[in-house]
Amino acid sequence: MGQYTIKLPDVGEGIAQAELVEWMVEEGQSVREDEVLAAVMTDKATVEIPSPVEGRIIWRGGVPGDNIAVGAPIIRLDVEGDVDSDDEVDTGDSQPAPESFEDINTPAPIPEPAVSGAPDPRPQQISNATMIAKARPSGQKPLASPAVRQRAREGGIDLYLVQGSGPEGRINHSDLDAIFAGEQSAHVSPAAQTFQNGQLANGTTGSINPPMGQPYDFDLGDEDPNQITQLPVIGLRRKIAEQMTRSASSIAHITYVEEIDLTDIEILRERLNRNRNESQPKLTILPFVLKALTRALEEHPKMNARYDSEAGILHQYRPVHVGIAAQTPGGLMVPVVRDVATLSIWQCAAQIDDLATAAREGSIKRDQLTGSTITVTSLGALGGVVTTPIINHPEVAILGPNKIQTKPVWDGTSFIPRKIMNFSSSFDHRVIDGYECAVFIQRIKSLLESPAEIFIQE
Amino acid sequence: MSNVKCDVLIIGAGPGGYAAAIRAGQLGLDTIVVEKQKPGGTCLNVGCIPSKALIHVADEFQNTTQYAQIDKNAHSDIGIEVKDPRIDLRKTLGWKNNIVKRLNQGVAGLLKRAGVRTITGSATLIDGKNVEIKTEAEDILVHCEKLVIASGSKPIEIPSLPFGGRVLSSTQALSLEEVPPTMAVIGGGYIGLELGMAYAKLGSKVSVFEAGSSLLPHFDDALVGHVQKSMTALGMGIHLNTHVKGINQETQDLICENANGEIINSIFDKVLVAAGRKAVTEGFSLESLMLDMDGNFIRIDNKCQTSMRGVYAVGDVTGEPMLAHRAIAQGEMVAEIIAGKNRIWDKRVIPAICFTDPEIVTAGMSLVEAQEDGHKNGFDVMAEIFPFAANGRAMTMESEEGFIQIIARSDNHVILGIHAVGGGVSELSASFALAIEMGARLEDIAATIHAHPTMGEAFQEAAMRTLGIALHI
Repeated sequence: MGQYTIKLPDVGEGIAQAELVEWMVEEGQSVREDEVLAAVMTDKATVEIPSPVEGRIIWRGGVPGDNIAVGAPIIRLDVEGDVDSDDEVDTGDSQPAPESFEDINTPAPIPEPAVSGAPDPRPQQISNATMIAKARPSGQKPLASPAVRQRAREGGIDLYLVQGSGPEGRINHSDLDAIFAGEQSAHVSPAAQTFQNGQLANGTTGSINPPMGQPYDFDLGDEDPNQITQLPVIGLRRKIAEQMTRSASSIAHITYVEEIDLTDIEILRERLNRNRNESQPKLTILPFVLKALTRALEEHPKMNARYDSEAGILHQYRPVHVGIAAQTPGGLMVPVVRDVATLSIWQCAAQIDDLATAAREGSIKRDQLTGSTITVTSLGALGGVVTTPIINHPEVAILGPNKIQTKPVWDGTSFIPRKIMNFSSSFDHRVIDGYECAVFIQRIKSLLESPAEIFIQE
Repeated sequence: MSNVKCDVLIIGAGPGGYAAAIRAGQLGLDTIVVEKQKPGGTCLNVGCIPSKALIHVADEFQNTTQYAQIDKNAHSDIGIEVKDPRIDLRKTLGWKNNIVKRLNQGVAGLLKRAGVRTITGSATLIDGKNVEIKTEAEDILVHCEKLVIASGSKPIEIPSLPFGGRVLSSTQALSLEEVPPTMAVIGGGYIGLELGMAYAKLGSKVSVFEAGSSLLPHFDDALVGHVQKSMTALGMGIHLNTHVKGINQETQDLICENANGEIINSIFDKVLVAAGRKAVTEGFSLESLMLDMDGNFIRIDNKCQTSMRGVYAVGDVTGEPMLAHRAIAQGEMVAEIIAGKNRIWDKRVIPAICFTDPEIVTAGMSLVEAQEDGHKNGFDVMAEIFPFAANGRAMTMESEEGFIQIIARSDNHVILGIHAVGGGVSELSASFALAIEMGARLEDIAATIHAHPTMGEAFQEAAMRTLGIALHI
């Protein structure tokens, strides 16, 4: 018998660590070759780690919620025959297709989109990757002196979620200093734990190990009006939080809202829908927005870009890959419709449908969630007059169509009913001036108000 | 009936109650504590303090009898000669009562200084916010915002051996005016052994009857072995697996049934029943609150809150371990919670001491508990002992019996348990508890200079030995 150690494979280009989402196997369990051992999450996609060998699990590294460094051991098996105990195992099968669109379509090297794991601005996170990878040994309470524990409690920090910097993960005052200073959120490791929310000690407790994308279901026990429930921000939620913080804190947003008259395009849309064949999806307004946007970008290529502020370079893209913000049971996801310019209105609609369904069902692939060059976020169906969209960092523009409403419009002699939509948008003011925003949105307006122009090639 | 209002009303001025009251007062809460008897509770009046006084006297007296070479088996070689040592237990009682009295006054003074009103009387709970107190002078209706129940515990009475006559509770055993020539101790727990050994040293012929198969059932055999050896040296009888049936009212014989089912009759001048303690949950209408219970104990959460909002419970009435220092910590915490501070019971360790001879200290998990925990959570355990026979200071104090044991996780050397048996080791409990509460690893203890020559050096050596780097063994 030998021991076989499986290390976290390189699950994506430039990714230093991944979050352990779920164990599929227990310690002591025997597994076949190719049996799935665990799921880890890189950015917004979940990657399964299969076993390259047959054997019996003798050790698992970490608990769901832990960040694990690429190359860190995650599982150890007893296997037949002699095996080097530290055999680095290539679980290449598990990797998603490595070819992202950049490799194909972009000649020059481009910065990795932050959403798929660009170096974090907090240097601590990377330098401490090994430390992060090391979960607190099981069955151990946080290692901290009573004074540290009390200070944490008064500061609202649950030490079960903190990975200390001292020997064997001991949490020191300096670790709390870092958290209070906002530097250490990456060390927070939501281990399976008991929550103590003033519930009876013998009463109900919640353990955190939810399947992906499902809300945490805590049994709250007796109704206590003063109860405070702690919900761990892990998994997709944490990714969203990090991405939003990065975007909101680094980008100088400028928001611009315009009214667009969609009466004509709605007539066109209704006719197309009425006459569509069975293979054609029902058209919403969204594919029209995408097509109009793509046409407008031909004249305003600067909007179809990613800004690498550290290098001081704006990477301007010829292909238009539009991210579509989609609400899923687990939270916000942004699947990407690629090469919109090459798609017909029907293909565009079909792709949006397919991606939205995959995102909702959790079957979406990692490469379907990366590589957007501009993003559209629509809350239109829910109403709302104006949104102030947050740019999908490191992109430079985001468009937010609002609800279409029939409004009276003065045509010079009388009021006539027109279908009017507010069109919100935000731009990265560091690289785009207000004037440019206005010109760009006015171009989109003009295209959507005279839809034939969208489809006429010059 | 007069009406009084307050922020916090505390039922019972034992360690849990008075600690809660003092802290509540310090934090500016309008606090009342009600106590039937003298402040200090079981601990101060009829428990920890008087028993330690008696044990001290017994130790001192035993030294003199050793110097007097009365018993060939228990003589001393240190060169002191004493002739005809005697003890006047009445004087002992006076001295002991004086200590208790000073401490009563001390607690009363602390309560007063903290601005706490102390009412001597018996309480009857009406609901979670209203309590009626009967004092000698008048009946008082107290309306409180928060209620803390600290009613404590009392000795368990065995139905076949009701207290009275020659049958004593631990309370009565602390106030005997003469050393009984013979004494039976029913129960081989720490109370029975502490008092039994004390009376054996004072000259009683003591026999211990324990229904279970071992003495001090909650302590490791290796620790208990040293105590048992010492009991045997004192001439104490040890009867395990023996059930007491009662007392023959005519002959006054104590009737026991041993492990073989044989009935043994024997007569003792005093029979001390030390069969444990139970929560005081009756006599103050606790049932009217209909709180959730854990058996006979009030159920509490990690903030010592009961199932009724605004009603807290601390100390022995909330369950095991029934120890004064646990109650004090709970009381302090509850007062701070009531004052709006964010507190939770997150203590890592409650050390426990058995003031037998030699003394036993346990802090944290026993070896068996640690191994079970390790098995459950996937870690291995390492443990070593350091014997006092290899400790210089122990030799100079004729105290070479015993050892210190350290139990730690093998993977990260975090200390899980520290246990000791030996003369005077109770004073080491502070550093044991500190080590575990601070989350010390073996390396921390091994790297801390322990002053020489002290018995505490054995602690450092035990840590070093567990790491495989001991110097002195």
